[in-house]
Amino acid sequence: MSKRLVTLAIAAVLVLVTVAPTFAQDGLSGELEIFSWWAGDEGPALEALIAKYNEMYPDVTVENATVTGGSGVNARAVLKTRMLGGDPPDAFQVHAGQELIGTWVVAERMEDLTFLYEEEGWMDKFPQGLLDLLSADGGIWSVPVNIHRSNVMWYVPAKLEELGIEAPATWDDFLAVCPTIQEAGLVPLAVAENWTVNHLWESVALAELGVDGWNSLWTGEKAWTDDDVVAMWDKFGQILDCSNIDVDAATLSWQQATDMVINGDAVFNVMGDWAAGYMATTLGLEPGVGFGWAAAPGTAGVFMMLSDSFGLPKDIKNRDNSLAWLKLLGSQEGQDIFNPLKGSIAGRLDSDLSLYNAYLQSAAADWQSNVVVGSLAHGAVAPESFSSEFGTVMEIFLGSRSGIAAANASQAIANQAGIGK
Amino acid sequence: MGMSASRSESRVVQFGSRIVASRDRLYAFLVILPSIILLAIFVYGFIGQTFWWSLTDWSGLEAHAEKNYIGLDNYKMLFSDFGGFRFRQELVNTFFFTLFFLTGCLVVGFLLAVALDQNVKGEGLFRTIFLFPFALSFAVTGTTWRWLLNPKGGVNVLPEVFGLKAWHYKWLNDRSAYTFNWHELPPLVVIAAIVILLFVLIRYIRRRKYLAAIYASIPITLVLMWMLSDWLTWDINHKEHGLFDWQNVPQYVSAIFLVGFLIYVIHLLRGGRRRTALLVGIPMVLFLGWYATGGPGGFPNVAYDEPYGFNLALIGVLVPAVWQLSGYTMAIYLAGIRGIPEELREAARVDGCTEWQVYTRIILPMLRPITLSAAIVLGHISLKIFDLIFAMVGTDYLPVSVPGVQVYVTMFRSNKFAVGSAIAMMLLIMVASVIIPYLATSLQSEHEV
Amino acid sequence: MTVATWIIFGALIGSLGTYLLYEHRGYEPDRGALIGGLVGAVGNLIVLIPLWGYILLKGVPFGQPATKLVPVTVSAIPVEPTQYARARQRSRLLKHSGRFALYAFLIILAIVYLLPVYTVVTTSLKTPQEAGQLKQVWDLPSELHWKSYKTAFDELGPKLRNSFLLTINATVLSALMGSMNGYVLAKWRFPGANIVFPLMLFGMFIPYQSILIPLFQFIQDIDLGGSLTGLVIAHVVYGLPITTLIFRNYYTEVPTEMIEAGLIDGAGFFGVYRWILFPLSLPGFVVVIIWQFTQIWNEFLFAVTLTNENSQPITVALALLAGGEAVKWNLPMAGAVLAALPTLLVYIILGRYFIRGLLAGSVKG
Repeated sequence: MSKRLVTLAIAAVLVLVTVAPTFAQDGLSGELEIFSWWAGDEGPALEALIAKYNEMYPDVTVENATVTGGSGVNARAVLKTRMLGGDPPDAFQVHAGQELIGTWVVAERMEDLTFLYEEEGWMDKFPQGLLDLLSADGGIWSVPVNIHRSNVMWYVPAKLEELGIEAPATWDDFLAVCPTIQEAGLVPLAVAENWTVNHLWESVALAELGVDGWNSLWTGEKAWTDDDVVAMWDKFGQILDCSNIDVDAATLSWQQATDMVINGDAVFNVMGDWAAGYMATTLGLEPGVGFGWAAAPGTAGVFMMLSDSFGLPKDIKNRDNSLAWLKLLGSQEGQDIFNPLKGSIAGRLDSDLSLYNAYLQSAAADWQSNVVVGSLAHGAVAPESFSSEFGTVMEIFLGSRSGIAAANASQAIANQAGIGK
Repeated sequence: MGMSASRSESRVVQFGSRIVASRDRLYAFLVILPSIILLAIFVYGFIGQTFWWSLTDWSGLEAHAEKNYIGLDNYKMLFSDFGGFRFRQELVNTFFFTLFFLTGCLVVGFLLAVALDQNVKGEGLFRTIFLFPFALSFAVTGTTWRWLLNPKGGVNVLPEVFGLKAWHYKWLNDRSAYTFNWHELPPLVVIAAIVILLFVLIRYIRRRKYLAAIYASIPITLVLMWMLSDWLTWDINHKEHGLFDWQNVPQYVSAIFLVGFLIYVIHLLRGGRRRTALLVGIPMVLFLGWYATGGPGGFPNVAYDEPYGFNLALIGVLVPAVWQLSGYTMAIYLAGIRGIPEELREAARVDGCTEWQVYTRIILPMLRPITLSAAIVLGHISLKIFDLIFAMVGTDYLPVSVPGVQVYVTMFRSNKFAVGSAIAMMLLIMVASVIIPYLATSLQSEHEV
Repeated sequence: MTVATWIIFGALIGSLGTYLLYEHRGYEPDRGALIGGLVGAVGNLIVLIPLWGYILLKGVPFGQPATKLVPVTVSAIPVEPTQYARARQRSRLLKHSGRFALYAFLIILAIVYLLPVYTVVTTSLKTPQEAGQLKQVWDLPSELHWKSYKTAFDELGPKLRNSFLLTINATVLSALMGSMNGYVLAKWRFPGANIVFPLMLFGMFIPYQSILIPLFQFIQDIDLGGSLTGLVIAHVVYGLPITTLIFRNYYTEVPTEMIEAGLIDGAGFFGVYRWILFPLSLPGFVVVIIWQFTQIWNEFLFAVTLTNENSQPITVALALLAGGEAVKWNLPMAGAVLAALPTLLVYIILGRYFIRGLLAGSVKG
């Protein structure tokens, strides 16, 4: 027993020695915990930003708390449990728009960042449409790091030539070429697990309802049971008939759907523009040659956006460090470090486009000239209570293939979520 | 369990009074006290909190969120409103999953155990191979099998390795199902209840227990009356009733009789007549469940037909689940078979049983307690199952989704903590309804025999 | 009380003390954790080595001859009783053709059971490009790509220490507590024992997602948020029902005469446990350790919620490998292999006792 006591005593002394205080040299010290769901391919971009932060504030220990899995559900579970348990991280990733506002701002968990925007002179550096997404109740609530585009259709140019077709301009055009592609033994449109179907749906809905129709769904001016919405669902069903939805979609990841296009098993794929990062970086294809892109059919001139942002939670341990992190995120330098690696474009209008690849340059041009709308599948336009349960609506549709059933179901969850009230 | 156990039990009490110093009894209590306290907090405290949340309207992440008491509305919603659509689908999935998962594990496990019992060379190796999947996490199993069951690869292309044609089975992607309609469930439940009650009735009459027979026939008559009265006048827009409606009379009467029945069941239980109590109790529970969901004319808010059934996609999760846990049933069956005296088998063989008959007629019946306890362990795993489904199809694939997944999604993605708690409580009630009778029976049998 | 009892409880307290050290590690998380880990490991060795050493060396040591136990605990005893040995001759009855079919059945099933293992291992050795191809799942890797293992180990390695600390401590603590609880519940009557036992068991059946929020809040309230200690406590508590159940059923089978004899000899409460029950407990401990080790090692939900970057076990790091919706499947597969190794090791080492332990304990209702 005594040996054990001695060991314990030695250990205790050692611990005391190691607890010698460190002195802050200048500026900030202490810790900064950054909470995100960026890992794997997306990890390096975040790590580059953290490296920059470390260089600026060497005395701050940055803790990169990444939680992955289940399309971000695990991250949300941990984050929300921690928030409810009174242990907020110093900064956390959140989709700009209703996911930020409807969940966190409404719950009075965030600090108003208007002062930061004014201090840093960001008010005119970000486009107004983006600022609107971040604003509610007279405040601006987070700093956007990147912009992704949702409504992009991907293909391999050589394959289109071989089949003698062009990227369809509308969904009707797509439905017209669909039989040709199917006769060639190929899948016209590759889809993957559930959320990618929601993702496809939002491009179809945007095309069929138009910008005004799409926006008015979220203000409640337009009912989900309107005739044109029901017709849109039915058309969506026809489009799905041209996909692999009933073959192997449910167990594919989005990358595997992209692979189908690249391997020549499928011809088109609608996916956010992180797919460009995957094809260019992971698969090593040259943008424009190895893969081509166009706005999703019927949505040319519209940029359906989503944005990752970081906010400043209330009652955090290291507020100053967190503010410094937000300043870095919003700066031109920070955005140009992060986005080329992440495969997204900067929210700021003044980023250095020479750092970006061909696809991203074209996206940046569209970002400045197009009409901007928000994405449903990625948290911009609807509160989480709606977007989360939209998955069930989609399942009802996939099970019944009835536009009316889906329309009624989505009206029911819109009522519950209080959209338009 | 047998004789020895009961002897031990009675002996404990005896020496407890004579030999044991009170100091030792104090130690015994002190040793178990920390566990009791910890479990009181971690199990019952937390269940209590979850139950309270399920009775409120809590949604949202406010630091001091308002939690208004709304009674059983969340539960009602789960069974009748659109918001419970997913839950109802998942209940049906859980039912079929549990059924086939249990059957699969028990049958495969038993066959493996019998095979390994034949003095096989390399038994240890085989045992380790069959048992090993049990050591993996469901998350790893799920990810791997998701791969293997991809319709365009994995198991389906295995024949190609041997130069054969690839299969085209769709596994998880198969959306076809053998269905029934949720609207038809109440009458189905009622018919089931009536059939059981009739069975009870006949038993009583045959045993000349006429008083009990009258007891049993009353609810049958009432249910029939109620069904007739309500269904004859029921239409979907007819929701308003006066203060006292003739139509409600059967409900009031049957409510009174249900209370009477409850007392009767308790009486039976106290008299140790558990089987009878179960026979009477089950239809009562079914009936109450039906009543809670609105009785005939319930489900007013369902927007469209809800066809449910056995989804073929479930096979895709059943295969990995059985793969993972059949090793466990093999292990305990093997242990059980080894525990049966050789003399018994010899006797059977002398009587002219074939080797297979020895297993099915002699050994299998003797393994009944083992089968039961394995079924309980597997049953609670399957009712709670979460990781496997989550890893294989993510969060929203309804054909194979289960309540465990929905609790997670409802709480942490939709922020509907109250509804999530209600689903969790339903899950707990489901698990409890399997576990409590088992615990009661097994503990009882220890004392009885 | 005997010396051995003191050692056990001393080690328990020491184990907890380790965590306090670990907790108050101050500004140097790595060094503090390392010291905590070392002390914890030594502490556990102090518990484990005498335990196993004693049991393995002595077999069934005390008082009653082993044969007296045979009818009730047929396969509970490490020494094989004659009956068990005789059972092994039985199969001579099978004819040759039957034996051929039997082996064919077993081998085919073994192959089927190993198919997923084959995929995991081969995929982990493929290059990222090869690994993604669905149609080539069954092909062997064209070249052995060990780099995934190095990368995976770099990611998982730092968390390995946490995982071992967590799993060993939680397993040992819950096994010891379960063993004591089982002893009390099986052999000592106290008022309300009949109610306490089923109430304790019910904890086994809670769906964990549903108590995540209260659990986190509680751990936060007792100031253990983000620490390994909090996670250990959670696993010990939720492990208690099953460990108690197994040991209680196990000890019920031990004849009370033995205990009575011990008490008459003046052994006392702890003495009886130490000298009579504990030496008989090996199969029970094996089942409990296998069960708990597997559960705790693989658990993700609590682990990801209750810990922070410094105290995460490897399941969390493993999820990160597969996270970001990975396409480089070689990496997560390599991680899965590494993560499964310790449990596999436990199975191989303890496997031969597992079947017998199961019969003696958990399978009885």
